[in-house]
Formats: sequence, C-alpha cells, structure tokens
Amino acid sequence: MKMNKKKTLQKSVVSNGGIYAITYFFVLLFVVMVGYYVHFMVFESKDVINNSYNKRQDLLAESVVRGKIYGAGKEVLAETKTRGDGTEYRYYPYGAVFCHVVGRSEHGKTGIELSENFNLLTCSNKSIGTLWNELNNKKNPGDSVVTTLDVDLQKAAYEALGNRKGAVVALEPSTGKVLAMVSKKDYDPNEVSENWESLTEDADKESRLMNRATQFTYPPGSTFKLLTALEYVRENKKYEDFTFDCDGQEIFSGVKINCYHGSEHGKVDLKKALAKSCNGAFAKIGTELNFKKFRKLCNSFGFNTELPTDLVHTNSTFALKASSKKEEMPQTAIGQGDTLITPLHNAMIAATIANKGVMMEPYVVDHLETEEEEIVSQKEPVEAGRILKEKEAKQLTDWMKNVVDKGTASALSDFDYSVAGKTGSAEFDSKKSSHAWFIGFAPADHPKIAIAVIVEGAGSGSEYAVPVAKKLFKNYLGN
Amino acid sequence: MENIVVQVSKYVIIFLVMVYSLYGFVVFRVRKQETKLLFYRHQMTLMYLMHLLCYLLLFVHFLDVKYIFLYLVQVVFFGVITWVYKKVYRNMSLLVLNHMCFLLSVGFVMIARINLALAIRQFVMVAAGMSICLVVPFIIEKFEGLGQLGWGYAIAGVALLLTVFVPGLGVSKYGSRNWIQVAGIGLQPSEFVKIIFVLFAAGFLSKTKKFKNIVKISCLAAVYVLILVAENDLGGALIFFVAYLSILFVATGQPAYILAGFGGFASASLVAYRFFGHVRTRVEAFRDPWSTIDAGGYQVANSLFAIGTGGWFGMGLGKGLPTSIPVSESDFIFSAISEELGGIFAICLLLVCVSCFIMFVNIAIKMTNSFYKLTAVGLSVIYIFQIFLTVGGAIKFIPSTGVTLPLVSYGGSSVLSTIILFSIIQGMYVLNQKNQQQNNQQQNNRLDRQGEKE
Ligand SMILES: [Zn+2]
Repeated sequence: MKMNKKKTLQKSVVSNGGIYAITYFFVLLFVVMVGYYVHFMVFESKDVINNSYNKRQDLLAESVVRGKIYGAGKEVLAETKTRGDGTEYRYYPYGAVFCHVVGRSEHGKTGIELSENFNLLTCSNKSIGTLWNELNNKKNPGDSVVTTLDVDLQKAAYEALGNRKGAVVALEPSTGKVLAMVSKKDYDPNEVSENWESLTEDADKESRLMNRATQFTYPPGSTFKLLTALEYVRENKKYEDFTFDCDGQEIFSGVKINCYHGSEHGKVDLKKALAKSCNGAFAKIGTELNFKKFRKLCNSFGFNTELPTDLVHTNSTFALKASSKKEEMPQTAIGQGDTLITPLHNAMIAATIANKGVMMEPYVVDHLETEEEEIVSQKEPVEAGRILKEKEAKQLTDWMKNVVDKGTASALSDFDYSVAGKTGSAEFDSKKSSHAWFIGFAPADHPKIAIAVIVEGAGSGSEYAVPVAKKLFKNYLGN
Repeated sequence: MENIVVQVSKYVIIFLVMVYSLYGFVVFRVRKQETKLLFYRHQMTLMYLMHLLCYLLLFVHFLDVKYIFLYLVQVVFFGVITWVYKKVYRNMSLLVLNHMCFLLSVGFVMIARINLALAIRQFVMVAAGMSICLVVPFIIEKFEGLGQLGWGYAIAGVALLLTVFVPGLGVSKYGSRNWIQVAGIGLQPSEFVKIIFVLFAAGFLSKTKKFKNIVKISCLAAVYVLILVAENDLGGALIFFVAYLSILFVATGQPAYILAGFGGFASASLVAYRFFGHVRTRVEAFRDPWSTIDAGGYQVANSLFAIGTGGWFGMGLGKGLPTSIPVSESDFIFSAISEELGGIFAICLLLVCVSCFIMFVNIAIKMTNSFYKLTAVGLSVIYIFQIFLTVGGAIKFIPSTGVTLPLVSYGGSSVLSTIILFSIIQGMYVLNQKNQQQNNQQQNNRLDRQGEKE
C-alpha cells in the first residue's frame, strides 16, 4: 500500500519504458560482443596469431622450446637441439631433402617453419608439469607439427631428380595430402648460416632458396592438351568423330606448328592425338574453340587466381581471353604461348581427374600434437569444388591410360597396376630447348597418388620426366 | 622464486577481478543494506589488492623505484578521494564510486606499463579532475534552473565544437581535426561538448512532445553531428547521434523516431562510404585487415595479434608487446589489457562497465524530474556506447572508430569528461535521494496527521 502511494506522488512526465528498452538493447549488444570475443579466442586466434607480421614470436621463444616437425610416419624432419653452452639450434636430420617444403627457421623463416611458426612456439599441454615449469622459469615443449609427407617417397623423388633442376609434387587425390614435394637445386638448411652469402648471391643462377614446386611457373607444354581436349569435348557432342591428318608440320591461323622433332603421326583421332601428343591435331582443335569458354574452363581449374591451398604459391596464368587474336590460339592449345603453371598446380589438375573431377585443397600439415602426442588440432580434407563431371573425368582417364599403354609414357606400362598420365615437352626459348613434364596418377582405377614432375631444360617428357615418375610409382605402389 | 611470485600473481589478479566483477552484479539482487555495504567494502579490498599486485609485477619487471612511488601516491589518492567523496556526495551510489576507482586503477596500471611518463601525466589529470568535480553536487543543488538553459547549452556546445576550426587554435591529430591547443595543453572539445549536448537535448525534450518542436530540436542536434563529421571525428559523431536518439526515444516513447534515425544512419553511412576515403579505409581494414596489413589494416591486425597471443590468461604484465599496437595507450588499450592481463580479465573489465551502466540506468529510472532523467539516460548511453565502439573496434567486431575506453585510456580530455559525466550522475542521484527523503517525510507527516484525525 505504502509503495503505491509513493508512486502516485511522483510527477514524472517521462515513462521508464523507453529506458528499460534501451538497457536491454545495450546489455544484449554487449552479450553478443563478448560472444564474438570468446568465439575469436576459441576458434580464430590460433590462425590469426600464426602470422609472420606478428612480432611476438621472440617473446614466446623465451618460454617455449620450438616444437618438432614430423613426417607422416613420425620421422623427425626438424627439431630444436641445445648446444653445450645452452644455446638452441634447429637440426634437420634429412639435410637438403626437405629443405623447401619444411623450410628453415633462420635467415627468414620459410615453408612449414614459417606457416606453423606460432603453433610450434605454443605449448598446448596445460598440465601440472607445464605449470610447474612455468613457475620455475623452465621452458615448456612447443606443439609438434605432423605433416602428410611420406619420407620414403620424398627421398625417392629427391634421388630421382638427381643433379638436375626441377620439381616433383605428389598428392593423395582423395584428400589433397601432399605426399612429397621436392625442388632442385636445393640447400642444406643445417648450414644455411655458413652458406648464406653464396646462397643469396646466387652467382650460378640456381635459385637454390626458391621452391620451384610452388613458386616457379613454367609453360605446361603438352600436359595442357588435357584441358584443350576437355574443352573440345564440352563444345562438341560428336568429339569422337574428330580426325586429323598429321604430316609433321602445318600452318594454323598463320602460325607454323611442328610435331615434336617433326614426327608424322598420320591420321589421328582425339585419343591417338593425345597418346602421340600430336601438336598439329591440337592446334587444329584450338582454331575451333570458343576463346571465352576456354578461358572460363581454365579459370575453373585455378588459372589466374589464388589456388585453393594454404601453401605459399605463385598463381598460374592463362593469358588467352575473348578479345585475344586468332594467332594466339594454336600455341595456347598445345600448352605453349603465354600460359604458365606451377608444378603444384599441374599436380592438382592430375589429382582432380584422378578424384573423379573433385579438386581437393592440397595441405601439408596433418595435425598438431603436444609432446604427449595428444592431438591439438586435426586438419580435415577440404573439397575445393567439382571441376569436372564424373563422365568427363572418366573420359580423360581413359585417354591418359592410353598415353601409357600406347603413347609417349609407355615406359610406365609394365607395372602390375595401370597408370594414367600425360607427358609434355615445354619449349621455353627460341633454341627449342624444352622442360620435360609428366603428370599422372596410379592405379588408374583407384588412384592413390597423383604426381607432377618437371625436369628443367632436359628435353622430352618421355625421356626425362617419365623415368622420374616411374621411380615414384614404384616406391609408393610397388611393381 | 621471483618467477613463482610473478606467475602466481598473474593468476591471482585474474581471480581478484573475477570476484570483483561478480560482486558488481550480485549487489543488484541483494536487498539488505548491510549486506550491500559489506559487498562494497569487499570490492574496494579486491581493487586495492589487484592494484598492489599489478604494481608489484611492474616493479619486478622494470626494476624502477618510480613505480613504487607512483603506487604509493595512487593508494593515498584512492583513500583520500573515496573518503572525501562519501562526505561531499551524501548517499551517493557506492557501486559507481567503486567502479570508478577500479577502472581508474586498471588504466593507471596499464598506462604505467606502456609509458611511465604518460602514466604520471594521466594521474595528475585524474587527481585534478576528481578535485574539481567536488563542486558538482553543489552546483546541481544550488542552480535549480539547469533544465531551463536549452538555448544556452545549444550555443555553447556548437561554439566549443567550432573552436577546432579557429586558425592557430585547432590542431589535426591522427587524421581528425578535433583538437585545440591552449597554453601548450591539447584538448579535445568534443569530449566536453558531449555532456553539454546531452544537457541541451534533455533540456529541450523534457519540455515538449510536439512534433514540430521535435523536428526543430533534431535539426539542431544534426548540426552537432555534422560538425563532428566535418572534423573527421566519426566515432564522436556516432556517439552524439546514438545519445540523441536514445534521449528522444525515452522522452517521446515513440519507436518510430528510432526507426527514422536508423534509416537516416544507414543512408548517411552509405554516403560517407562513397565520399570519404578514410571511411573506406576503415571499412576495408575491418573486412580484411590481413591483405591491407601494410597500410589501413595494420592497427586492427596488431590488435588481434595482441589479443590472440595473450590468450585467456595473458602474457603477464610487461611480458607482452602492447607497444606494437599503434596508440595502445588510448584507443587500443583494451587490446593491451587483453594481451598482458588476459582474455578473462578483459571480459571481467567489460562486465564492470556493464554493471556501471546498469547502475546508471537504475539512477535514471529513479529520477523524478524529467530533465534529470533524460540527462541521466543520455550520459549512460554515451558511456556504454563509447565502450562498445572502442572494444568492438579493437576486436574487429565493428570497424574501428578511434575512441577511448572511458576512465581507462590515456588522454586528459577523455578522462576529465568521463569524471564529470560520473559526477553529474552521482550529483543528480544525491539530489534525488534528498528530495525523496523530504517527500517521504512530508508524506509520513501527513499520514500521521490523518491518523490522528481518525
Ligand atoms: Zn602430329
């Protein structure tokens, strides 16, 4: 009663309803904002802070021993050791074999050492033991990175390239796991400080510090004919009726096109043209293609844009567009011209065909774990998208099998399983010297590995890239 | 041993702050006056302990005796100020006083961590401000006609805002022309005009509900906002705008005004985005700070690095790298706190701010005089919305607008105007309590007399 009376005495002309509404509004706003903050801390902060611009790494290194980097079978690829005087150094047991993909942590971090820098310097194991270390000013072990890299395969690829310049990329088609990634010339990350001057001077133009597999772009040469063939299939329902009479040399749109070393392939259909890598046939196809559609197809494969991967890479370029001149087409159709591609990207194209048309995002870090092998975060395969219809992928696979059975990659036909592939010899200067390419996958029916091989300035793909591929398949799948 | 102390202190500080902020909400549910007082005393103890531990950590880290001196002076300051305020502001809200001291102490610690010289200057400003504001309850009580000065506020506010355009007086800072230089001291007029603006809006809107008048008043308010936009002070413009909308909404009870306001805001934002390069830069930096990290995104990216690297428990005072965030001592102090004192601490700090806001609103609800009620609403909204802008900007919840965290951030104008804001609310509360007590007494007397008659 008394309360009521008191209220009637108040003579406020402004009601409090609006004030309540405003209060609820702002409290709600803050609840949402705190929710966002928590979300950031839990889900995003790990990726955010693992950025080379974040200058706090040295602070973390004061209380954490940088974690190890492992191969897929838990082989140590990089670890931190302590010298007699207490100073730390990074040790790479395989020397130069993993120098580009694992990278280095001195003289500018690269590779996994860079991309996982903060994770390696974070101790996710919050136990009494680590708390005790913290209290006693002792360093805690940082999290370890377990990669997708197959050490045996990597070594095989490293040895197969021998002393030549080039690169090998091997992917698991169904997941996008990077099984091997080798780039030559190489360097020993254990001795990078001693050799730093000569490495950066690069007097012999060997670019040892560069990862050719992801950072160098090359003309794709005849490996590109797969995409030309695909575009032809898409534009012509009766593509199987295609024929061409090859006499080793012909002029298309005013451009002279030779078949490799002037070979005459005679009458070829699409399947045979691909198996023999007939330049004339594909230049002819090129003159019939719709520029705009062809560019769209190449863009869908990842040309002219970031590739769907966290790996640091250079973008591939496909220069032809709707407004291009006719004269550009014959060269472009056979993978010459202004088209440029990274070995990683070419491996992704092979893997996409192998995976029935679905491109997977390539990744090299499988999971992070604490020193007690507790998993901190696990990478799940991510689909980048369906690029090809299943039917189209099957058609390309059949043709690529034929390349191995009856064509330029016949050296791969004596395995117990069938291999699908395409060779390439990409001319890169007017002297007709060429890079040797091979892309392919095996077993052709249930692909477990897709690869791209390039050997710089070697000659034909059949002669120089196929033998490298053969060693890889043999190592990974047996005879 | 030293390290054990440092590490344990880190966790103890977080614990203290958690309990402190919890009290900030529990007191709203407590009815008994004695329990409330007990909780307030606990809060003060927790605040003093946290302040002590933080300075201990700073001293251990920097090994500079100046920190001990600064600490001692500040303890004396807090002791004196709470004692005097309780005398001058009779029946004031002790919760608001506690929160004020708590937020000031967090600011003192963090600014001292970032730059000792700035911390000393900040402390002098705070001490001066707190002393000056002792006259506020006196003014409120003596000048009952404060609500009648609508035109006076309007003209004074606009005039003050325009000082930044006076040649030789106005200065540009961080791309905004919103500073003046008087006798070697830099001042940000908009910080003080905020309060005059609220008085102006409350003064007019407490007297009229006629549509025609409201249009006139709104046009006048728009002048303020446009001047701020012209100064490139977008954060300030937003704060004025939201404060005005809130006062208008409470005064009229018409949601339509809010809708109209937001409609106007949306179109104004689009125009600003199209025509102002610096607006686009901010929005780009918000959308994707990573690709513009070398330019516009640098601040936000570094703020997120700081918050993320600090994690829930923080790097420890002195162990982080807050100086890598541009203006970490003012606009981005929330990130610095989050980095070194931890995410839990940062959230507790926000809870304290929200508790403070709820208490402000409680005071507004209790006000019987419309002018005071609307003033309290306007000031509460200015307070909470500014926090939303600065914290939201630092964590990339919204584009950053470059405003300070009230009472915590470094900056004389900011901290002075916030102290005035707190004092006005407290002063009005004191007056209201007094009037109510008198009313109650009269009423009781009347009831008594009625009783006698029957
Ligand atoms: Zn031919």
